[in-house]
Amino acid sequence: MKILVPVKRVVDFNVKVRVKSDQTGVELANVKMSMNPFDEIAIEEAIRLKEAGKGEEIIVVSIGPVQARETIRTGLAMGGDRGILVKWDAEAEPLAVAKLLKAIVDEESPDLVIMGKQAIDDDCNQTGQMLAQMLGWAQGTFASEITVGDGSLNVTREIDGGLETIEIKMPAVVTTDLRLNEPRYASLPNIMKAKRKEIAEKTPEDYGVDMTPRLTILKVEEPAGRQAGIKVESVAELVEKLREEGVI
Amino acid sequence: MTTYSAPLRDISFVLHELLDIGQFSHIAPFKAATPTVVEAILKAAARLCEQVLLPINRSGDEEGCRLENGVVRTPSGFREAYQTFAEGGWTSLACDPAFGGQGLPEVVNLAVAEMACSSNLAFYTYPALSHAAYNLIGTHGSDEVKRAFLPRLVDGRWSATMCLTEPHCGTDLGLIRTKAQPESEVGYKLSGTKIFVTGGDHDLTENIVHLVLARLPQAPPGTTGLSLFLVPKYLVNSNGSLGPRNGVSCGSIEKKMGINASATCVMNFDGATGYLIGKKGRGLHCMLSMMDIARLTVGLQGLGLAETAYQRARAYARERLQGRAITGAQCPDRQADPIIVHADVRRMLLTMKAYNEGARALAYWVALHVDLSRQHPDPEARQEAEDLVQLMTPVVKSFFTDYGFEATNLGLQIFGGHGYIREHGMEQLVRDARVGQLYEGTNGIQALDLVRRKIVKKSGRLLRRFFDPIDRFINEQKNYSRMREFTLPLAQAFAKLQQVTAWVVEQGAKDPQQAAAAASDYLRLFALVALGSTWAKIAKVSYAALDNAGEKRFYEGKIITARFYMRRLLPQTSSLVRAIRSGSRPIMELDAEAF
Ligand SMILES: Cc1cc2nc3c(=O)[nH]c(=O)nc-3n(C[C@H](O)[C@H](O)[C@H](O)COP(=O)(O)OP(=O)(O)OC[C@H]3O[C@@H](n4cnc5c(N)ncnc54)[C@H](O)[C@@H]3O)c2cc1C
Repeated sequence: MKILVPVKRVVDFNVKVRVKSDQTGVELANVKMSMNPFDEIAIEEAIRLKEAGKGEEIIVVSIGPVQARETIRTGLAMGGDRGILVKWDAEAEPLAVAKLLKAIVDEESPDLVIMGKQAIDDDCNQTGQMLAQMLGWAQGTFASEITVGDGSLNVTREIDGGLETIEIKMPAVVTTDLRLNEPRYASLPNIMKAKRKEIAEKTPEDYGVDMTPRLTILKVEEPAGRQAGIKVESVAELVEKLREEGVI
Repeated sequence: MTTYSAPLRDISFVLHELLDIGQFSHIAPFKAATPTVVEAILKAAARLCEQVLLPINRSGDEEGCRLENGVVRTPSGFREAYQTFAEGGWTSLACDPAFGGQGLPEVVNLAVAEMACSSNLAFYTYPALSHAAYNLIGTHGSDEVKRAFLPRLVDGRWSATMCLTEPHCGTDLGLIRTKAQPESEVGYKLSGTKIFVTGGDHDLTENIVHLVLARLPQAPPGTTGLSLFLVPKYLVNSNGSLGPRNGVSCGSIEKKMGINASATCVMNFDGATGYLIGKKGRGLHCMLSMMDIARLTVGLQGLGLAETAYQRARAYARERLQGRAITGAQCPDRQADPIIVHADVRRMLLTMKAYNEGARALAYWVALHVDLSRQHPDPEARQEAEDLVQLMTPVVKSFFTDYGFEATNLGLQIFGGHGYIREHGMEQLVRDARVGQLYEGTNGIQALDLVRRKIVKKSGRLLRRFFDPIDRFINEQKNYSRMREFTLPLAQAFAKLQQVTAWVVEQGAKDPQQAAAAASDYLRLFALVALGSTWAKIAKVSYAALDNAGEKRFYEGKIITARFYMRRLLPQTSSLVRAIRSGSRPIMELDAEAF
């Protein structure tokens, strides 16, 4: 089984992001960038499938600036086999990314695409679903457990109010939720090995995909600052205040 | 508040922009260490330190180690963390591929060490000693010993200790009493008691390799009678598997001020089987060769803790609202201004920042010379690098641990009373930092090593290796007007250091007491000038980058910090010079009874 794992380079989850003064986006100059945490989980799952003898090759794909090469490299150091970088310096919207991934899937014909349910920078949560639709493949989103059957997958999904297990036919697109696994730490020997693994470099034109954004960002603002709290004297007063605020 | 985020940007600034390690890509360990590979390594190490080592730092301090039925138990989570660390290959980074190592530069290993010390110093004491032992056995061990022990030290399945100290003997190793009795062709039986043995026993590894200084029968008294022995906790069969337990055991563990998760053990040797390392009577020599790298690492402990203290103090100073800026409110919409507006708080923060970033650059520069001293193809270049390492080792060990204690203390001070409360983790940093000034040779002894041995060695050749490039740098730079604010104070302090050096050497030749009385102040003076020249170089590189790079704020920060260093910290040299020149009399005059 061939597995394709798309990964995105995003602002590290530890970074306190700041809005640019012109309100066009968040400040990205000199902030620490890392692999989207959901994508790490996707790679980990792919590696576990491979280690269990259920996968043969893991292809790590990223769409982004030249630095995204290092994000791919991180995936290769965890255990991916080879990489594809589609160089694109500007914003890439889910639809354009899904189109690019579709073109890559057509070329590589993997049996399974495992990807993060969302990227922590724009929180779109759309790409996986769009991709499955374009491919006409089954989708198992928000996966917290995957078991491989014969030509099918059992995917346990995290849904409102609990878990749902579905059986889907392969080939399929699976998007990962936080509880699927705990990604491993890249080992030093694997980091050294990763530098010899191949990363192909492509452009959107190679796949004939138009990346022009379809959305216009009007304004990006900081969330409102937290107001100072007050101390209440008694439970009765607390209840009253909550009523006043319309909370209960 | 127990946060730490590895200063990867600054580390890469030092490695690539300041030291330009890429220029050595023709030398073995640097071939593989391209900037992207180094970045990937450091990022992965940072993640491990922040997510695995840091979370068990405070719990490890609270819980400490326990001795149960003769076996030492490390605090919760340490075994798992050590396993992750060793299985990740981090013990093998700078080791020889012939024994399973990754063959990467020592300077990269030291950068990883810094992050590990920042995250969890007590944890790092275990692998740090193994690496020092790896270096020693690699240099002085027989092929057989190397084959038997190095692969396991490299993959981290075994760890190592160094056993020098005995109850009656710490600094003065000539007093060592532990005995070694020849047993067979290769073997010896060791008997005696060692104390303060870091990692003497623990549950992190399958086996522990002790390197023990002991005395053979009829050996002369003093240090020339000492030989070095390797004593494994479990004997090793010829096929490499573990044999029976050897006659060495942990008698007790110390309760102490800091690094509580690092087991400090009393070790009893009762006819334990040992193997001679190096030549008879050359034990101290062999041990000292291990200690150079160990001492650099101890210096880095000071930096590591000071970095964590700085990061936490910086965050706190931005958030804690207290008082108003003396020139008028800066945040009128809030109840008070953040304390970072106050000059005294800024003084403390900048002192930490200036020492940390300067120390990082200086330490990595020395570590780079460790690599060059081992691997440079040109023997003259190897010798030059070796000279520099020898000269700078006591300076790094001593000054870094001194300022590390100062800086962690400043960090605590910025937290005010909250710093004194355990919860914030600041008092642990102070307690953990304190030991660096003591072990691996007290700082007083490092200073004596510098004035009595290093600066006079080879008629001052070591010293010239360090002084000449500073001289050249000042001459090269003095015509650039924007560099003058750095080169001028540096030139003045450097001139003072040269004059005082001549004075100490001359006076010391006539009366050793003069050199001894000068030692600690001289080492500090030396370190301040070394940091001064480092900051001047940082300023130069930053000015060049400022003109063309997008990271204006980073480079401006460097230049402003360099300015702070030159104007606010370097002037300490003046008072040190005066103190040194007052000679030994004010120190020696008072009768011992009159104290
Ligand atoms: C937590 C911890 C871990 C340690 N780990 C190890 C270890 O793994 N292995 C090991 O072998 N040892 C270890 N040590 C021991 C440590 O190296 C010694 O404590 C240190 O060398 C000092 O020896 P001492 O304590 O006997 O002090 P002393 O030698 O008694 O010194 C007392 C004071 O006198 C000064 N002094 C002594 N002689 C001179 C002199 N000639 N000139 C000027 N001043 C002098 C010293 O600087 C010091 O200030 C450890 C110690 C601690 C606290």
